[in-house]
Amino acid sequence: MNGKARTHISQNEPLLFELSSPGKRAYQLPPLDVPAADPQAVLGRERVRPEIENFPEVSEVEVLRHFTRLASWNYAIDLGMYPLGSCTMKYNPRINEAVANLEGLLWAHPYQPESLSQGCLEIMAALEAALAEITGMDAVTLQPAAGAHGELTGLFLIRALLASRGNPRKKILVPDSAHGTNPASVTMAGYVVENVPSCERGMMELATLERMVNEDVAALMVTNPNTLGVFEQEITRIAALLHERGALLYMDGANMNALAGIARPGDFGVDVLHLNLHKTFSTPHGGGGPGSGPVAVKRLLEPFLPVPRLVRRQDGWALDYDRPQSIGRMRSFYGNFGVMVRALAYIMAHGGDGLRKATLDALLNAAYVRKRLESYYEPATPAPTLHECVFSDARQARHGVRTGDIAKRLMDYGFHPYTVSFPLIVRGALMIEPTETESKLELDRFVEAMVCIAREVEEDPELVRTAPHHTRVSRVDEALAARRPVVRWRPPCGK
Amino acid sequence: MSIYPENYLYTKDHEWVLIQNDTGTVGITYHAQRELGDIVFVDLPKLGTVVEQGKPLGSVESVKAVSDIYAPVSGEVIAVNEALSAAPEKLNQDPHGAAWLVKLRLNNPEEAKSLLSAADYRAYVGAEG
Repeated sequence: MNGKARTHISQNEPLLFELSSPGKRAYQLPPLDVPAADPQAVLGRERVRPEIENFPEVSEVEVLRHFTRLASWNYAIDLGMYPLGSCTMKYNPRINEAVANLEGLLWAHPYQPESLSQGCLEIMAALEAALAEITGMDAVTLQPAAGAHGELTGLFLIRALLASRGNPRKKILVPDSAHGTNPASVTMAGYVVENVPSCERGMMELATLERMVNEDVAALMVTNPNTLGVFEQEITRIAALLHERGALLYMDGANMNALAGIARPGDFGVDVLHLNLHKTFSTPHGGGGPGSGPVAVKRLLEPFLPVPRLVRRQDGWALDYDRPQSIGRMRSFYGNFGVMVRALAYIMAHGGDGLRKATLDALLNAAYVRKRLESYYEPATPAPTLHECVFSDARQARHGVRTGDIAKRLMDYGFHPYTVSFPLIVRGALMIEPTETESKLELDRFVEAMVCIAREVEEDPELVRTAPHHTRVSRVDEALAARRPVVRWRPPCGK
Repeated sequence: MSIYPENYLYTKDHEWVLIQNDTGTVGITYHAQRELGDIVFVDLPKLGTVVEQGKPLGSVESVKAVSDIYAPVSGEVIAVNEALSAAPEKLNQDPHGAAWLVKLRLNNPEEAKSLLSAADYRAYVGAEG
């Protein structure tokens, strides 16, 4: 084992329901000094539930310990490197939280009148402007709740524009390296997916698209850099080809953290893209979310953006609902506002030069990891990669060890696993994204762990195949969990 | 001796079809299920659906990924293996037998000429089988 991990006692914890016993409370109220009212008489019978079945009754300290103990089982970016490729698990700077917890923002309500929401609206306007500048686009909507929602919004915009030209067209081209959400969003937007094969070096070729782009094609949906971490070098020519043939270029901005401050999608021909504030712009991720998936567009798509649009009037910021060509609302209220505040805090704390530096650090970290691991794991592409690096498990598979086994063994070394088995075009993929967060010290620990595992695969493959050995729970039956999922707790019989 | 039945025909997308008169029984190969890993969900077309050679017929989901299944030949779906929805693991256990996916009434028997023989398929997937 390396210097990062050692085992320690962690406490077992039952479910909250199992801690319950009748009458336990987390608070005590003083006796009433007014006559007690009957809720049913005051509110109406239909508005009052006589009881909430099996609602747990626990004391304050039990609740606190319950969640603290559960949290101690967790792995988080605050504990160490979280190299989950494609997910961009970067550190969430505390300044973001300090700003989002300012009282006026924390207690703002979406039903406040515009006149009392000027600060919030100005924050949204500032974020829209910053994202437009970073991406080189003309207008931004902050409504979408996360990345895939942004994809759907962007595709609706494309459909609306093409329909206004007389023909919404039928197909969206999606490269074979795409995130799974891309084809799903295409289908939900009423289009048919057509797969674009990648070349040996892991990118799209102009010649392939020359053959594929015809009058049925509404758009190409491309992630750039793609999921191999490779920049699509023909992108400008591909954009020109699409435009020549009346189609649009959609960019999945999931990997915008490889470009921010260096290259702008708007400058290489992108018509519409979504961003993931919870990736590139450091807002909380996963269970700590929610996400946020703003969509940025070129001028020609602006009339179709969701309502309401933020506009500057003489007496301040206002919400404009009068947009006859709009695709309508994509979300209630205005999007995940608290996330927007955090993203703007991140952008402003860095400034332009800082964002560029963060991007360069992310690229440097990924290049360092790739270089140091290349002699142990098979790189997925000879092409240079940017913010992440992908390997295949080809060398380890000869010993009967696959990417999922290596990932599980990595947990024994005190790291969160990398992304396994994605992108699908790589057999047995190991996808590693260190982000700019990590110091050389942490990267070296990670590399050391990966090198140790590569040696174990050769000397004692069974050790890796049966990992993890030092975690609370050893290997779980993933297949059974997916085939017969148990998704809610039920009281034991007779209780 | 091979795990790939000689009387089946195969695609490069790892489906097999057994053609008997004008009926084709379709499944995924041993190689496909092994690459996918534990299969947890199978999505199959409704009876009467008309499918076209090379176009998606349904999908299988494993713990790793969701993969489309492509129709090895064109035709109308005349039977669906309902048992797979309750027991998708059969696809891992008996991919060339009990875990067939659909039966098709063939539209164009000529299409079979474009498919691989057992020997060709074995050569295509290589030594690992």
